[in-house]
Amino acid sequence: MPIELWLNFLFVLMIIGSIVALELKDVLSSIIAIGVVGLGVSISFLLLQAPDLAIVQFLFEIFCVVILIQAFIHKSHHQMESSRSNRWLTAATILTAILLFIGCLPLFKVLPPFGKPLMSTAQYYLDHGAEQTGAANLVSSIVLDYRGYDTFGEVTILFTAILGTFTILRKTAKAKHHGGQHE
Amino acid sequence: MTLYLLCFALFLVGLYGVIAKRDLIKIILSMGILGYAVNLFLVLVGYRQGGHYPILEGQNPVPVMVDPLPQALVLTSIVIELGSTAMVVALAIRLFQKYQTFDISKIRRLRG
Repeated sequence: MPIELWLNFLFVLMIIGSIVALELKDVLSSIIAIGVVGLGVSISFLLLQAPDLAIVQFLFEIFCVVILIQAFIHKSHHQMESSRSNRWLTAATILTAILLFIGCLPLFKVLPPFGKPLMSTAQYYLDHGAEQTGAANLVSSIVLDYRGYDTFGEVTILFTAILGTFTILRKTAKAKHHGGQHE
Repeated sequence: MTLYLLCFALFLVGLYGVIAKRDLIKIILSMGILGYAVNLFLVLVGYRQGGHYPILEGQNPVPVMVDPLPQALVLTSIVIELGSTAMVVALAIRLFQKYQTFDISKIRRLRG
């Protein structure tokens, strides 16, 4: 199976990339390593026959790297975590993760095997999507028609998140302004 | 099966980062890793062997297509992730302005 082989390679690359991103001391290097992981996700979507998702993931990754670098690159007096009391927690967490991995092994046998999905609802969409919605792209027919309320909720959440971001960032300026007046 | 397990390993790496790291930047990055793992897993479950991407191109016998439903939902999830990442970054910037550090063990007066 060439696709499975490529996906295995990409997933191992992504796991290594994320461990590197978490363990590096330099902030810029770890943000770039996260960018590598995200682009690996994008290529995996392309291999899994999801071109729209690949494009959206690519854009998301570029935006994410730009936002993170813009936000964190000037914090040069950024202090690294002290290693003394942290070592305990790290060891405990790694142990728990390994135990969780072994404990969840039987769960993955219940899932349908790779390449044979259930397709009970989706087959209906594949058969009737074109004539009911008139869209050639069945993903957009689901996003905009069958699951339209979902998309409405998504837009609401996005709006709220952006509003929250602006509020959080603007409050500082106002507080400083008032503080300056009272002083 | 192997792919599912590798995906789960990626998820566990993200979980390790959220729990064991004290650096706010590393915690934000691990939240991103968690999101990647979950999105990848959903799309992996919907893949069909030898499937075609779900776009009709006028072929007369419609080819075998992959499951479009997880793809549509993951599309929603990626966009929401971008919004929440921006909001978390804004919170981190605010915390840095107040405490001059990203180490969460030194940010103690959170109760206001």
